[in-house]
Amino acid sequence: MRNVIGVINLGNTRTLLNELTRNRSIASVPFGGRYRFIDFALSNMVNTGIQKVAVFTLNKSRSLLDHLGSGKEWDLDRKQGGLFVLPPAISYTSDVYKGDLQNFYGHIDYFNRSKEQYVIVSSSHMICNIDYKQAMEQHIESGADITVVYKEATDFDEEDLSGGLFFEIDATGRVRKMLEKLNGSRKIYMETFIIEKNLLVSMIEKSIRQEEFSTYNMIRNSLLTLKVMAYEHTGHLAIVNSINSYYKHSMNLLNPEVWRSLFFQPNLIYTKVKDEPPTKYVVDSDVKNSLVANGCIIEGTVENCILFRGVKVRKGAVVRDSIIMQDCEIEEGSQVEGVIFDKEVHISQGKTITGDKLMPSVITKRSLV
Amino acid sequence: MKNKECIAMLLAGGEGKRLGVLTQKLAKPAVHYGGKYRIIDFALSNCCNSGIDTVGVLTQYQPLVLNSYIGIGSSWDLDRKNGGVTLLPPFVQQGGGEWYKGTANAIYQNINFIDGHDPDYVLVISGDHIYQMDYAEMLDAHKQNGADATIAVIEVPWEEASRFGIMNVDEAGRILDFEEKPKQPKTNLASMGIYIFTWSVLRDYLLRDEQDASSSNDFGKDIIPAMLRAGLHMSGFRFQGYWKDVGTIDSLWESNMDLLADLPELNLHDHENRIYSRNPNQPPQYVAPTATIKRSLINEGCLVFGEVNHSVLFYGVQVGVGAVVRDSIIMPNVTIGENVTIHKAIIGAGSVIEDGAVIGDVEAGPLAEIVVYGEGSFLPADVSTQVASAAERKQAI
Repeated sequence: MRNVIGVINLGNTRTLLNELTRNRSIASVPFGGRYRFIDFALSNMVNTGIQKVAVFTLNKSRSLLDHLGSGKEWDLDRKQGGLFVLPPAISYTSDVYKGDLQNFYGHIDYFNRSKEQYVIVSSSHMICNIDYKQAMEQHIESGADITVVYKEATDFDEEDLSGGLFFEIDATGRVRKMLEKLNGSRKIYMETFIIEKNLLVSMIEKSIRQEEFSTYNMIRNSLLTLKVMAYEHTGHLAIVNSINSYYKHSMNLLNPEVWRSLFFQPNLIYTKVKDEPPTKYVVDSDVKNSLVANGCIIEGTVENCILFRGVKVRKGAVVRDSIIMQDCEIEEGSQVEGVIFDKEVHISQGKTITGDKLMPSVITKRSLV
Repeated sequence: MKNKECIAMLLAGGEGKRLGVLTQKLAKPAVHYGGKYRIIDFALSNCCNSGIDTVGVLTQYQPLVLNSYIGIGSSWDLDRKNGGVTLLPPFVQQGGGEWYKGTANAIYQNINFIDGHDPDYVLVISGDHIYQMDYAEMLDAHKQNGADATIAVIEVPWEEASRFGIMNVDEAGRILDFEEKPKQPKTNLASMGIYIFTWSVLRDYLLRDEQDASSSNDFGKDIIPAMLRAGLHMSGFRFQGYWKDVGTIDSLWESNMDLLADLPELNLHDHENRIYSRNPNQPPQYVAPTATIKRSLINEGCLVFGEVNHSVLFYGVQVGVGAVVRDSIIMPNVTIGENVTIHKAIIGAGSVIEDGAVIGDVEAGPLAEIVVYGEGSFLPADVSTQVASAAERKQAI
């Protein structure tokens, strides 16, 4: 895998997480008690053995850059290769952002200067644990020009599939059609593909000349002329494309099988370390069916919740069906139900906050109630 | 190289005999503690939090785990271009070589390392104690007093005083005399085994001590008494707070249990004195609908389906449905089957406990002896822990 560069493409603007992305990019939305979306994409690359990863950012990069640092948490603080964070190379006065391919084009030198033969491109909001080795082998054995990764979304609901991109493939696994809506096929495109670097460079240049600015259209336009093969991801996949689906996929982690599959199979997911102590339970703690990260102090009742690092639930407080992000504090006797708290929300004594778990509301970062 | 004001020498070669099976394959400072840490994390984190960026770690007994755990010191911010952490095992040289004979000899053999940093002061600490301390305050006191040596002291209960090195200190804090494990202690001020020396003075005494064939080359037994006899300025630095030597099974267990108090004296949640450790990259713990957890410390990567009461669980521990874990320390990656009972035990890393097994002396209740199983134990359903515990304890003592 020393012959592969990883690209994490954050140039896609279709996903909307409203309040959760008010001050951060999709890639840095907290997920699963201690991670951010991009941790999955980065860890997948690194666990596959890729030592050179570029992150094409778009907007609101502060929290993302803070999170990534030197890349050391993902073993990407390398002399050879390592982490490259590449913000858009467009000038605000004259250019308008037209699509993710513009970022690829703006950083074409990055590809030209790299010696690696292959490129794996992935997005960050398709949360999964995948080892690309097999996909890479299939790519080479099948003689494909491009290999696109999909998930057979048999048991996915309408929400998961909304805004999705789908394939139709033939018996040999070759992609025949790419569709922007559900039409028989439930093979959902994971916005991940493998391609030879030189081919990618020429395709980028050609597409830009033709005023085509999305990687999706670039691939779709080549279905007849190039051999585009499909690779199926069989592990867990969470497509987070709205607040509702964020809530749903977070709560799915309360199924131990999903927990194991996403966090351990096949590899571990790395994130920025916070050096929090283990979580503290006292005599009145009553925790059921919850995911709890380190550094929490739980003195009250917690049921069906995701607690991020450093959350404090004080005596007599009751938290149900909620996602509570880092360093929130719920003081004595308060009741919280069916909500998503962004980081550092403080609920003072005896308050009640009730949301609808079917339409959970988001309490924004550092709110005081 | 730029001169360093103060560097630390961390004694981490101890065997920890009294920890029995827990130190069969690793040195005492590498023993797991507090659900996430190893004992040495406290000394290393204190260095980091005190602004000491150069630490020599003296290893000897079973260093493999310790060496790979410390690595280049990045977990404690000790991966530095100038200074940082250096592992200092015993070595051979022209004319032979030898093991570290005593604590003072270990420092003596590394005079070249210390001279290389040309420090004004040397902090000598050990990797055997659990405490949070700002060494910078102690260094300030050392400088203000114009002392040749400063020894950190703590008040211990009078009835335990004869287990420690006891100081007699005058009103100004100057040490008048020092007795190692006195039968009739004059004070209850115990040495914490934390010393700051003015390097030029210590260097001189190390050279002299090495010439003395009758010396046991130990700080407490030889160097400190010699300095006192010579009338050097020896100062006591009073420490208040939690400090515990976890050198025995009982004290290791107690110290872990101390963390489970509602407001423990040792505050791991104190962000100013954070204790750093190497991170195993585990997901948040999962607490199942069937689980009950009270008065416990539980680390990431655990899956809890049963009951955990007054216990410490390290990362990656699984507790099966119907299992009860009480008054116990469960080290990393232990799998506890369904309907298992564990009572007042320490279970070594990676052990597997089969469904239905009963570990520990349940009938004796809180007065039960602590049962210890080493790393990688396999405990079948019909395990007879009474026999095993007696055997383990014999080994441990």
